[in-house]
Amino acid sequence: MTGLTKTLGSVGLLLFVCACTNNLYEVPIETPLQPKLDVSAFQRVLIAGFVTGGTNDVDANLETARLLRSQLRTESRLDVIDSEVIDLFTVAEDESAASRDAPEVESTEKTTRPNADELDQEEEKTLSEEELEAYEHIFANVSYWRQLGEEHQSPLIVTGTVYFTPHQRSGMVTREREIYDDFGRRQVVPIRAYRDRRGYVLSPKFIFIDGRTGVTLYTERYREEVLYDVSQNTPALSSYFELMDRLLPSFLGALSDQSIRGTRMLLK
Amino acid sequence: MMSVRIVLAAGLIASLAVTVYADERSDAKAQVEFGISVAQAGLWQEATYRWERAVDIDPSYAAAWNNLGIAYEHEGLFKKALEAYEKALDLEPRNLMIQENYDLFREINDRLDQDAG
Repeated sequence: MTGLTKTLGSVGLLLFVCACTNNLYEVPIETPLQPKLDVSAFQRVLIAGFVTGGTNDVDANLETARLLRSQLRTESRLDVIDSEVIDLFTVAEDESAASRDAPEVESTEKTTRPNADELDQEEEKTLSEEELEAYEHIFANVSYWRQLGEEHQSPLIVTGTVYFTPHQRSGMVTREREIYDDFGRRQVVPIRAYRDRRGYVLSPKFIFIDGRTGVTLYTERYREEVLYDVSQNTPALSSYFELMDRLLPSFLGALSDQSIRGTRMLLK
Repeated sequence: MMSVRIVLAAGLIASLAVTVYADERSDAKAQVEFGISVAQAGLWQEATYRWERAVDIDPSYAAAWNNLGIAYEHEGLFKKALEAYEKALDLEPRNLMIQENYDLFREINDRLDQDAG
């Protein structure tokens, strides 16, 4: 009786699954995403350069400019301007020197901005994330960006800060481990263990400036981190690209149409 | 005698209502099925039209609202997609397939809202 009940139950379940399956149709869909920024007024884009902090193992200014240019060439309708990557530290230094010559400005801004001597010293060492903020006044210099825009036929200008630094964290991590029982059957079990891990943190802030007016149009900030086992010797540049790879879709989504591919279930 | 007539009339009205409902569901189902076949061929606008017809004919047809939600999502019409999915879930709150489609949609929609904010 029990066997018969089980069999009938299984058949019933099978029929139910078949009935359900006959009413389900999995379809691939592409969800279109509008760009976050209206760039219809621009024909060209200039990746100007970035104020960078953190490790010196990677030239984050050059690498970021190079990577974004190559991505925009393939993913955006905008013409990417090939020009030298600007050393924004020097620009900030000049601006600070100019503001030092103006005493009334100096008195109010000295507390927040490093002076030229401090800038020289800071070029030697690496800047912390907080120290980077002291240079952000450069992005509000409308006349500088407008002039740069005029030199390049009023493009959309992309600039900002990039902070890339080594990072270390210790703690319990869960890993999967293969084990074989007495009958030789393979099993994968989660194992928790204390581990020292090292990696990197990437924290860029992208600023989009209208090259016609010098005004900031849009700002986007990200923070990504990656950790590896201490035994793993991952080069800084590899980690940098790994982390940039994660945030590139969102960066590109600011300028160009993107789509997310997935599947959905149509029902009868 | 009078009460017998009333009972008979009520029964007749009820059976007519059931017939009308069955006809509506049948018509709506035909639209939904055709919509599915054209969506599978990539003709999403035609599919959208068919599923819109289906919910016009039978507004209580959860599957049609679900499919309409998918079609709107595919067209980038997020507000309409949200309304269609929510309507489908209101009608069939325990339908796991509708819930799964809705959750996947919300994941994208919430991210967009976050970016906009």
